[in-house]
Amino acid sequence: MTASPVPTAMAPMLEIDGLDAWYGEAQILFGLSLTVGRGEAVALVGRNGAGKSTTLKAIIGLARRRARRLALRGADIAALPTHAIARLGVGYVPEDRRIFTELTVAENLDLGRRTGASDAAPRGPRWSVEEVVALFPNLGGMLDRPGGQMSGGEQQMLSVARALMGDPALLLLDEPSEGVAPIVVEQMIDALLRLKASGLSLLISEQNSALCEAICERAYLIEQGELRWQGAMDGLAAASETAGIFGKI
Amino acid sequence: MSAPSPVLAVRGIAKSYGGVRALDGVSFEIAAGELLALIGPNGAGKSTCFNIVNGQLRPDAGTVHILGRDVTGLPPRRIAGLGVGRTFQVAAVFPSMTALENVQMALIAARRGVFGFWHPARRIAREEALALLEQTGMGAQAERPAAALAYGDVKRLELAMALAGEPKLLLMDEPTAGMAAGERREMIALVRRLTRARGLAVLFTEHSMDVVFGHADRAIVLARGRLIADGPVDAVRRDPLVREVYLGGTRPGREARP
Amino acid sequence: MSLDSLLFQAVNGLASASGLFLVAAGLSVIFGVTRIVNMAHGSFYMLGLYIAVTLAPLLGEHLGGAAGFWGGIAGATLAVALLGAAVERVLLRRLYNAPELYQLLATFALLLIINDAALFLWGPEDILGPRAPGLSGSVELLGRRLPQYDVFLALIGPVVLVGLHLLLTRTRFGRLIRAATQDREMVAALGINEALLFTAVFALGAGIAGFGGALQMAREPASLSLDLSVLGEAFVVVVVGGMGSIKGAYLAAVLVAEVKALCTALGVIEIAGYTFNMSWLTLVAEFLVMAVVLVLRPHGLFGRALAATKAGEAEPPLLPLDRRGRALVLAAILLFAAMPLIGMFFRYAPVLALDMVIAALFAASLHFVMGPGGMASFGHAAYFGLGAYGTAFAATQLGLSTPLAFATGIGTAAAGAALFGWFCVRLEGVYFTMLTLAFAQIVWSIVYQWEDVTGGSNGLFGVWPDWPFDSRAGLYLAALAVALGGLALLRRIVFAPFGLALRAGRDSRLRAEASGIPVARVRWLSFALAGTLCGAAGGLFAFAKGSISPEAISVGRSIDGLVMVLLGGVQSLMGPLLGAGAFTLLQDTVMRETDYWRALLGLVILVLVLLFPFGIAGGLRRVARLRRAGGAR
Repeated sequence: MTASPVPTAMAPMLEIDGLDAWYGEAQILFGLSLTVGRGEAVALVGRNGAGKSTTLKAIIGLARRRARRLALRGADIAALPTHAIARLGVGYVPEDRRIFTELTVAENLDLGRRTGASDAAPRGPRWSVEEVVALFPNLGGMLDRPGGQMSGGEQQMLSVARALMGDPALLLLDEPSEGVAPIVVEQMIDALLRLKASGLSLLISEQNSALCEAICERAYLIEQGELRWQGAMDGLAAASETAGIFGKI
Repeated sequence: MSAPSPVLAVRGIAKSYGGVRALDGVSFEIAAGELLALIGPNGAGKSTCFNIVNGQLRPDAGTVHILGRDVTGLPPRRIAGLGVGRTFQVAAVFPSMTALENVQMALIAARRGVFGFWHPARRIAREEALALLEQTGMGAQAERPAAALAYGDVKRLELAMALAGEPKLLLMDEPTAGMAAGERREMIALVRRLTRARGLAVLFTEHSMDVVFGHADRAIVLARGRLIADGPVDAVRRDPLVREVYLGGTRPGREARP
Repeated sequence: MSLDSLLFQAVNGLASASGLFLVAAGLSVIFGVTRIVNMAHGSFYMLGLYIAVTLAPLLGEHLGGAAGFWGGIAGATLAVALLGAAVERVLLRRLYNAPELYQLLATFALLLIINDAALFLWGPEDILGPRAPGLSGSVELLGRRLPQYDVFLALIGPVVLVGLHLLLTRTRFGRLIRAATQDREMVAALGINEALLFTAVFALGAGIAGFGGALQMAREPASLSLDLSVLGEAFVVVVVGGMGSIKGAYLAAVLVAEVKALCTALGVIEIAGYTFNMSWLTLVAEFLVMAVVLVLRPHGLFGRALAATKAGEAEPPLLPLDRRGRALVLAAILLFAAMPLIGMFFRYAPVLALDMVIAALFAASLHFVMGPGGMASFGHAAYFGLGAYGTAFAATQLGLSTPLAFATGIGTAAAGAALFGWFCVRLEGVYFTMLTLAFAQIVWSIVYQWEDVTGGSNGLFGVWPDWPFDSRAGLYLAALAVALGGLALLRRIVFAPFGLALRAGRDSRLRAEASGIPVARVRWLSFALAGTLCGAAGGLFAFAKGSISPEAISVGRSIDGLVMVLLGGVQSLMGPLLGAGAFTLLQDTVMRETDYWRALLGLVILVLVLLFPFGIAGGLRRVARLRRAGGAR
């Protein structure tokens, strides 16, 4: 089957088949395949260096990659540059948040905003500044504050909010709970549950089992760049305990 | 004979940035053989506190004593020379050298042998370096370039390098960050063993509560620049104030699950 | 000196500051977003001026003088901006993921190619432009007449400063520039066409520099030496003002230009019966300004520490030679030692061999700081030149014996490297590179202008060694011995604890400091040592040629060294030696045959950087690995 150029109503949100990806000269992913259905939340788990971040970067086009199939709602995105993929409705919340520290919160949100009538590609639900502030009330009081003067947890919220401003249909979240206080993780879980309820598809790379178990239906376990296990969230604990990767210490 | 002085004694340190109090009158001590966790929300002053102890920042007020000696305001290199080893959140090693050369370099520096211009470094402190690699479980990887090591092994290598100066105090910034659960367990168990065996004092910051509550002897909690709790980990875990500002617990979290 | 002349020079200084600011601001904007220090930025300034002086009379014929003049400036600005866009699309785009050193070298190659293109289009003579219609008169200020055009230029700087500030803070384009300055990947991930943004930013930066050059039409002639001289000054301004700060660039430009203007105002003065032309003090003054600022604020007036820059993949661990390697080295040494005999059959061979030996020591000393030290110096020729001039001066003016003159040269280079190195090693990455280039430019200017000691542009002649080095074979064998000694010493040190510590500081300064390695001191010492050995190469050069001219100390010579190292392969200790040999061969044969050797060298650099980034040694190693892999199969 070849990818049709036009998004189709039936195709899943994200289809990946046989994905190879590289970091510099080193190949990180080897023939990875995964699917994210519409409105579905999927966890991507594995030890550090297994290739979780690289998978997300390969999807958004920030890592060199090659795939038999890499399609968003049926439309082939394997040859598109990063900005074009983002404009098709993919929001990216990177590891380490990557807030523009020199710019204010409002300016950060503004850069995330989709502009121009030219790209009328179908995306997800529309977001305004007021709506993202309603989702993360902490941001409301600090719109004029430079991003660099926020706490890690607040930056994490801003990073998600900034991605939402582009009206994504699929949100890629890279370790949203890493380095964040447990209490902020709880707020993040609440926000992500609401996003999921609004119809967004989520692909979450995580090492925190609480967050995944609260949000995701299915999980993929990768190890050294290869798919090791896939299945319902319930089965993950048993699968990963033997692999010594996920869960409690 | 009086009681042995603590390995690290921090008394009333304070630091402000442009009028904002990042740290306000923080005091604590660590004894030899003790594993002390420094936890708290982001922006609570953990990094500031850590960097004052390791010499990267000079406090506005207060003192830092290591083994009874006032080291307040000394640069990091001098503090390293006094028997303080460090590991970083993102492990820092020398990627263009083999694991063995990395540890040899650390040993040479600890013995003030950097300004040697003639004898090949390869033959210096080789046995000691190999022994350190054995202790951290890296013996089999001695001849591999550090750039080719898996991240978990890089962290072990860094630990071996931090131990090269025969430190009395080890400062570890998130020793298990970026590791999967299984690796975290091995890493912290290794640190635990070394602490006991060498009578080391360890101060570490950590975001994984499993690591903190499962392995530390004691925890201190910072919030808005102040120390709000200091005690055995079980007491700190039950502390209502700590639960309120940091741990949360309204949702069935990890510690609530069987 | 009167108050009048001081005021006159002050306005003159502000006028110069505007031009300097425009170049530095463009450099800063481009660097901010692309993380590339554009070595060809002075070339954009130069091209702006050339195009303006060509365009203004042409337009003037049809539209009248005023429209011609201002139309010439606008046309030149636009043309340079378009050229900038083209350069970004064709060349820079291929370099964004390359290691820093290759970016610097590739843009320097562009400088060489543009310079020869200008030579081809406009010829070697300076070209004067028309005066500014309507602004050719003067205005009265405090009873003193000031040229109107200088006053106009003095005002342009602040106008552009405010304009850029508004652009960056008030527009979405400006916000994009600021965001991309911090994290360009993230900008793309938000759906912004990053490639287009980069092209626009490069065009903007180039256009500003071209505008700065075009504005000088009424003040100075278009000349082929402008690219490097402006680049050197712009680097000083950027280092003083702080990379990435537009405000800092303006302040630094004013500071540097005013200090120079002040020295010019002092004019010729007499101290204790000696006459000094204070105008050459301008160079020393520039150095002092920079020194003071860097000691007080290592990242410049408004600069901040740069995030760690990518240095490419970690090099593989260095290994001592195996048995076959040792045999090859021994064979090479024997071959070179036998060169006087070979010279009986091939007359040119010993001459070429001497050039190669000197180049090898030069390249190896540079490699020591840029390979194991990780400090890419673009001013290494300064120490070559100091060694050569020190030797030549001692031999001719002081009449010292050959060994003593040689020792004097080495001492001069050592002192220079220790002094400049002390400042340079405080900086990291591109800051380091810019400062080394600026220092070399200052040394060159001093040599060029201090005629009493250096012979100015003519240089020093009659530097002949005395017995037993006065025969061709005698000099050659002595040079070979010195070079081999130097190379052996460097090699020994690389494997000694000091060399290991040098590499450690390059790999991770954080870890090195935490382990108790005094990184700054190790770097300083290695810089001084490399400069000293480079000075020895320079001393040998002076004796080999019998004369020495400022060309030996120019930035071009520094680049020759970099090309040698790169040609051989920076990740190998033998690389620089192979590179020196190959480059000398190329230089003594092909490049002698053409007037456009700069463009040729530029092309060689581009081919190397884009196609063979690991050089000859890397290529050989790869072939060997492939053969091993093939054999195992």
